[in-house]
Amino acid sequence: MYAFDFERPTTIADAVKALAAADAQALGGGQTLIPTLKQRLAQPSKLVSLTHIAEMRGVCRADDGSVAIGGATPHAVVAKEAASLYPALAKLAGQIGDPAVRSRGTIGGSLANNDPSACYPAAVLASGATIVTNSRRIAADDFFRGMFATALNPGEIIVEVRFPVPEKAAYAKFPQPASRFALTGVFVAKFASGVRVAVTGASEGGVFRWKEAEQALSSNFSAEAVRGLSVSPAGMIGDLHGTPEYRAHLVRVMTARAVQAAA
Amino acid sequence: MPKDHGIGASSKRREDVRFLTGRGRYTDDINLTGQAYAAFVRSQVAHGRLRGVDTSAAAAMPGVLHVFTGKDFESVGGLPCGWQVTDRHGKPMLEPRHPVLAHGKVRHVGDPIALVVAETAEQARDAAEAVVAEIEELPAVIDMKAAVRGGPLVHDELGSNLCYDWGFVEENREAVDQAIRNAHHVTTLELVNQRLVPNAMEPRVAVGDYNPATDETTLYTTSQNPHVIRLLMGAFVLGIPEHKLRVVAPDVGGGFGSKIFHYAEEAAVTFAARALKRPVKWTASRSESFVTDAQGRDHVTKIELALDKDGHFLAIRTETYANMGAYLSTFAPSVPTWLHGTLMAGNYKTPLIYVNVKAVFTNTVPVDAYRGAGRPEATFQLERVIDKAAREMGIDPVEIRRRNFIDSFPYQTPVAVQYDTGNYHATMDKLLEIADVAGFEKRLQESKARGMLRGLGINCYIEACGIAPSNLVGQLGARAGLYESATVRVNATGGIVVMTGSHSHGQGHETSFAQVISEMIGVPESQVEIIHGDTANTPMGMGTYGSRSIAVGGSAMVRAANKIIAKAKKIAAHLLEASDADIELKDGKFTVAGTDKSVDWGSVCLAAYVPHNYPLADLEPGLEETAFYDPSNFTFPAGAYACEVEVDPETGKVTVDRFAAADDFGNIINPMIVDGQVHGGLAQGIGQALLETTAYDENGQLLTGSYMDYAMPRADDLPFYRVDHSCKTPCTHNPLGVKGCGEAGAIGSPPAVVNAVIDALHRGGMTHVTHIDMPLSPSRVWAAMQR
Ligand SMILES: Cc1cc2nc3c(=O)[nH]c(=O)nc-3n(C[C@H](O)[C@H](O)[C@H](O)COP(=O)(O)OP(=O)(O)OC[C@H]3O[C@@H](n4cnc5c(N)ncnc54)[C@H](O)[C@@H]3O)c2cc1C
Repeated sequence: MYAFDFERPTTIADAVKALAAADAQALGGGQTLIPTLKQRLAQPSKLVSLTHIAEMRGVCRADDGSVAIGGATPHAVVAKEAASLYPALAKLAGQIGDPAVRSRGTIGGSLANNDPSACYPAAVLASGATIVTNSRRIAADDFFRGMFATALNPGEIIVEVRFPVPEKAAYAKFPQPASRFALTGVFVAKFASGVRVAVTGASEGGVFRWKEAEQALSSNFSAEAVRGLSVSPAGMIGDLHGTPEYRAHLVRVMTARAVQAAA
Repeated sequence: MPKDHGIGASSKRREDVRFLTGRGRYTDDINLTGQAYAAFVRSQVAHGRLRGVDTSAAAAMPGVLHVFTGKDFESVGGLPCGWQVTDRHGKPMLEPRHPVLAHGKVRHVGDPIALVVAETAEQARDAAEAVVAEIEELPAVIDMKAAVRGGPLVHDELGSNLCYDWGFVEENREAVDQAIRNAHHVTTLELVNQRLVPNAMEPRVAVGDYNPATDETTLYTTSQNPHVIRLLMGAFVLGIPEHKLRVVAPDVGGGFGSKIFHYAEEAAVTFAARALKRPVKWTASRSESFVTDAQGRDHVTKIELALDKDGHFLAIRTETYANMGAYLSTFAPSVPTWLHGTLMAGNYKTPLIYVNVKAVFTNTVPVDAYRGAGRPEATFQLERVIDKAAREMGIDPVEIRRRNFIDSFPYQTPVAVQYDTGNYHATMDKLLEIADVAGFEKRLQESKARGMLRGLGINCYIEACGIAPSNLVGQLGARAGLYESATVRVNATGGIVVMTGSHSHGQGHETSFAQVISEMIGVPESQVEIIHGDTANTPMGMGTYGSRSIAVGGSAMVRAANKIIAKAKKIAAHLLEASDADIELKDGKFTVAGTDKSVDWGSVCLAAYVPHNYPLADLEPGLEETAFYDPSNFTFPAGAYACEVEVDPETGKVTVDRFAAADDFGNIINPMIVDGQVHGGLAQGIGQALLETTAYDENGQLLTGSYMDYAMPRADDLPFYRVDHSCKTPCTHNPLGVKGCGEAGAIGSPPAVVNAVIDALHRGGMTHVTHIDMPLSPSRVWAAMQR
């Protein structure tokens, strides 16, 4: 690690102020950022920890019926406290990493990082969630901008994520054998208005909606409905752990499994 | 009733008290007064000409004491290779120079270029980033076949990337060719035994210390064999006489072979400590471990098995390319040759065998012994080709093995070694029982009902342990002896301290060695202490690897203890006024045979050190003996393994549902520790079969340089094992009748897993799949299933 200053504000306003400094960076659970610093791959001047901001922590049902999760809420807390409010989301959180990662890592950090193999982006996109920052609200469909890229401006903080709760939903994750991030993960959410299907881990463009499956599932919410569909391997990630063809295949298999689990 | 102490008891591992409570003392826990810290500047490219190293900016940075480069090491030796292999034509292998810090060229990513020593570890790292190495990048050679077909030269001065072309047994070559030409059936299999990263839990650490007042140098290091490091580094690299050099390997957190070898970092920090007259410490990061710890396996093999119409094996011919990496690590040349070719007979009566091995230099991390070392590679290809042959000929895989089992001992194989004992039918019978092979059909139906494929893989293995007879290995090119040593020191009050040349880095010697002494003398285990790991207080020993500790180190200890007992009997005879021939030792008491006259162990020990009533004219006072033991043969643990897998036909994911291991380790000192050794070996073997691989891109960059991409086995990747070692055919040539158990699990399990997966696919109708290279990751299995 290179040397850096450290601040731990207790209000969002103070955090925003602290982040205004040149090369300052927000610190959530540190599960991505700290290893990066240890490898000397980043050199922030200052880390601003968000984990002591009370208004950014916790899970509750909002007035509009959606489930609101503070941006600095660790995965383990979501796994526990969202279990009755949004079981599929809680289950996803409970499958991220290992207990240590879940105790530290936060939903805001995960979404801001937008790792192409991360789990939360699939839930956020499939649920049509809203990302609430210190300055605005961003619809999930506008938030993810490809691998490790988001709509966030420098210094902008994810303070909350609001999830509309679907009638039925499930996340099916096929873990990459080494990292156990999603080699391919599919979140399926069935709303009265239709079905949304979001895929993570598979595409070079990061998380994406599989529109064809959404259509098929909206008229027939069953695993059968996707059996005949296929995804093109073009643009899929190819690496040691799976070819583009394999990932394209998994998209269909995991979608069917998610539907099965949700039904 | 199971024994509660001594040989055969499952005594709790005493060392675990400190390991589990955070009170172990590992090398990184050692911090010396005035200690400085080292950081290495390493090559980021796999191959390049080193034009110059500019250290001026780094040297001027805060806290920096000195920056060393390859130039500083011109006056000292290179890292020596401990084994010289002679090729098919009687020529010695090509042996490159291996400088401590790169000089002239860099040859793999991670090759050390400079060493920065500073007041703090962070300062050293900061300054290391400021060292400017001017490197003219050269095309790298990664693929072995390309390397020998005229690829770029890793070592220009050698003129070739072919280290050696070894034939064994060369005299059999033509007879083997002929047998294969004329055979009723020949099964051919081409396979890769992939490269593995050892991944000991504790990364390597070295602390060099020099006392200018006494001219004494000490190296604390993560080693499996401190005496070997002292000899290699002292005599060959730095020129420090052994009496002025002490090497300490305290608690060591796993090695699996990777901590046998003498590494550049050890020599570099010792050199720096002497130059700066300050203790210098280096602790590897995990990233550094990935590019500097000697890696394992990496064989590309073609094997042919000739059979008669009844499935009897007639001949085996193999051709293997074995990757040496960029330099010859300490014992690298021996692994694909003498530790591999000599095991090609397996458990079977194959009359004719020819093994050809081409060892190749590439721009990758050096490869050397890794848990099993050569024997897993032999077992894997043999047990895979047998399975394929059985399938081709329509013979049951167990039956074809039984038909070919060696069943009388001693058995002289056609590949030099002679098996002393074994009973392969017995271990197979036991395996079929504990694996519940009879219940497989029912489990198969249950899997089918859930839409899953299920397969059963069974195989045998044999290994040569207890290495090794020194005169034999000397003829084979070893530049070291492979005996072991022990000093048994009895204190005046009866406590016993054993100083062994073996080294425990997880194996539990402190417990099991004490059990042997307790059994021999009849004192409680708690009265026995085992000391290891420090050249200053242990006799010259060769350390721990190749499942040799109890067989060779234990034998040395038994010898020393027998000397103690003989002397103690003389003292007892004097005290009892009897003849020493009439003295019997039992349960810590010396008795005159046939009488009730006795004296206890403690009184004899006291007499030895307070010799008031003592035969001083005939006997020296004191009770301390040293013995060396050089084995007359290898030991040959063997066994049969069964693996049952489920394969998800949609994703290709393999789940190991059941695993059973029936081993013959000869006599067992501590069954619980043996279970643990087998469990760990199985985890590593299953890890190799399903998860682990080391991938370089064509430029020599390591693609699997962290746990994000290098898949280690985890608890939930593994089933509960059924292990059994009740089939015992004691070794005939060591005093304990023991064979060794440290590597068996890693040797026997990979073919069982692969055999099971192939079986599952065949049962699922995918009969076109005859082999899948490890690791059998979901994507590879899925790809194989397509078509
Ligand atoms: C061993 C391991 C296994 C893992 N497995 C999985 C897995 O299976 N699935 C999965 O999805 N993830 C996995 N992760 C990643 C984990 O979920 C991380 O916690 C997450 O990606 C980052 O969250 P964090 O709170 O730790 O963020 P940090 O590491 O603290 O920060 C990450 C980035 O986000 C920024 N940031 C942090 N919080 C905010 C915020 N509130 N607003 C704006 N920017 C912010 C930081 O500045 C930084 O750029 C794993 C991580 C590890 C170490």
